[in-house]
Amino acid sequence: MTTTVPEKQPEPQLDERLLRTSPWKKLMGRPELGSVVGAIAVFIFFSVVADSFLRPASLATVLYAASTLGIMAVPVAMLMIGGEFDLSAGVLVTSSALISSMFSYQMTANTWVGVGVSLLVTLAIGAFNGVMLTRTKLPSFIITLGTFLMLTGMNLGFTKLISGTVSTKSIADMEGFSSAKDVFASTITIGGVDFKITILWWLALILVATWILLRTRAGNWIFAVGGDVDAARAVGVPVNKTKIGLYMGVAFGAWISGQHLLFSYDVVQSGEGVGNELIYIVAAVIGGCLITGGYGSAVGAAIGALIFGMTSKGIVFAEWNSDWFKFFLGAMLLLATLLNAWVRKRAEAIK
Amino acid sequence: MARFRTWVSIAVAGALGLTLAGCSSTGGKRAEDARKAQQAQGKAAVDTPRWTIAMITHSGDGDTFWDIVQSGAEQAAVKDNINFLYSHNDEAQQQAQLVDAAVDKKVDGIIVTLAKPDAMKAAVARAEKAGIPVITVNSGSAESKRFGALTHIGQDETIAGEAVGEELDKRGKKKALCVLHEQGNVGHEQRCAGAKSKFDGRMTNLYVEGTNMPDVQSAIEAKLQSDPSIDSVVTLGAPFAATAVKAKEDAGSKAEIETFDLNEKVAQGLQDGSLGFAVDQQPYLQGYEAVDLLWLYKYNANVLGGGKPVLTGPQIVTKDQAAELEEYAKRGTR
Repeated sequence: MTTTVPEKQPEPQLDERLLRTSPWKKLMGRPELGSVVGAIAVFIFFSVVADSFLRPASLATVLYAASTLGIMAVPVAMLMIGGEFDLSAGVLVTSSALISSMFSYQMTANTWVGVGVSLLVTLAIGAFNGVMLTRTKLPSFIITLGTFLMLTGMNLGFTKLISGTVSTKSIADMEGFSSAKDVFASTITIGGVDFKITILWWLALILVATWILLRTRAGNWIFAVGGDVDAARAVGVPVNKTKIGLYMGVAFGAWISGQHLLFSYDVVQSGEGVGNELIYIVAAVIGGCLITGGYGSAVGAAIGALIFGMTSKGIVFAEWNSDWFKFFLGAMLLLATLLNAWVRKRAEAIK
Repeated sequence: MARFRTWVSIAVAGALGLTLAGCSSTGGKRAEDARKAQQAQGKAAVDTPRWTIAMITHSGDGDTFWDIVQSGAEQAAVKDNINFLYSHNDEAQQQAQLVDAAVDKKVDGIIVTLAKPDAMKAAVARAEKAGIPVITVNSGSAESKRFGALTHIGQDETIAGEAVGEELDKRGKKKALCVLHEQGNVGHEQRCAGAKSKFDGRMTNLYVEGTNMPDVQSAIEAKLQSDPSIDSVVTLGAPFAATAVKAKEDAGSKAEIETFDLNEKVAQGLQDGSLGFAVDQQPYLQGYEAVDLLWLYKYNANVLGGGKPVLTGPQIVTKDQAAELEEYAKRGTR
């Protein structure tokens, strides 16, 4: 919750929200400022301690790691700005991949059919989360915790029931596989360095999400419902629609990630994805999202994902013991949140 | 605040006092250091250049089995003058990215597990394209050659399961229970299926939540209570053997407990008779040989196995070998 401090109006006829602010003040008020500073610090740090970190191929690997997380962190950040959580996001990625793969295989259909069905089912699961939330008025933490557990069980149960084993059968020899692979999991070589296409998906999602948040009515609604639901409802914001839409946005991200998993590896392991939902939330929080909603940005979440990618792979390039990775992550989360809080305070003071 | 500080200082002083007063004359760190001192001290035995070898496994955080694999690899690395790097992740995508990172680093050799072969295919191919020799360990014997790895070192899970089935027959068992602690692990399914195929009696599978020990215990207990005719329980990991023993005692069952893999407690259990036998796949050997074979390949272009997997197991361990193995398990090499 941000409360603006009333102050002396230099031009009383102008609403204070329409006042021109200097670019410097604008910059200081951006949610992602703290994470940008953090990202630069992490980058410089690993450039110094790991000599192989700055190689183009290494940076491509780091970007790939960041993009696979960022594709989910961006919609999750939007949801958090809207004041809700989604604990089912991690396993939903696996569900999406499983649905796509098993539908294509069992129906002997073109893989694009599976991809389409998977999109519909995944969006339906997202909508289910949203509808349950708005109908029951229970906290999203509980609703999505239930979805998370149910999906985890269904991933294992259905896969075993249909495929007879715990991973799906390969669909690499089916029609449409290669074109779908081009879309979701191809590699683009620029100047002898291989970049994964997920990086493009990630950038596209950042652009779309930023445009929605900052340039559309829906974006205003998201900030409003996250900031104060009752006030938003009172001024006519469609609260329920906005929240259901946000959950479907997370589902859309899960669908992209899931298809990427499927088409990079042609086989999906049914037990994966558990625990990733927290990593998405970590990325969003490092990127300046408030856990209480109403504040944050898509760019921030993307930078949070980048910091995560740099750290997780940087530790490998630096030849450190990976046992400590989670420790660094936790310390970084605390530091980033403190930094964000401090930057926000300063920004408030300047206004 | 002042009161809080007083309490803290009292607590610290008390803890220090207790530590000093209560020295243990057995076990503990001192005994471990003594054992370490008896071991051969590591020094490079060769004068080859200092190559870097990266090992990337599908292990989760804090897995005892992989500690043993690592200690084998580290021992070989010391001898062969190798800079050894270890990383792991139980998510296929993350594991593949770790292999990518090792390739980016331009290491001289890569050791990788293929628990999720399809996910690792591209990463292994990328390593080969970069001219880095790859050896697969532990899992993926079927895919290793196809992916272009030099050798696979590990245990064939089906063969290991069959060895268990035969041993159960030898012991005259009639009804066995196979406890699977990781839903979704193909190797575990193969172990139980292999045991079933060679076992003349009846064998049923029981799925438990391996990350939750009390749950494992209560599930086995319930099963033993509901079917008193079960005379053998096979667990698929060393930590679960002790839990099965507890469950058996609480259920008042006569079943004998057998297990895959070894650790210190299993060796003790074999000695005092609470466990029947263990099937060891010698994880130490998997780590040690992988590093050593990469060294041989770099030094002398030697390849072991003739295109077939090099098997490190199954080795059936009973009361007769337990005493010796307990000492090795204690220092973390068996």
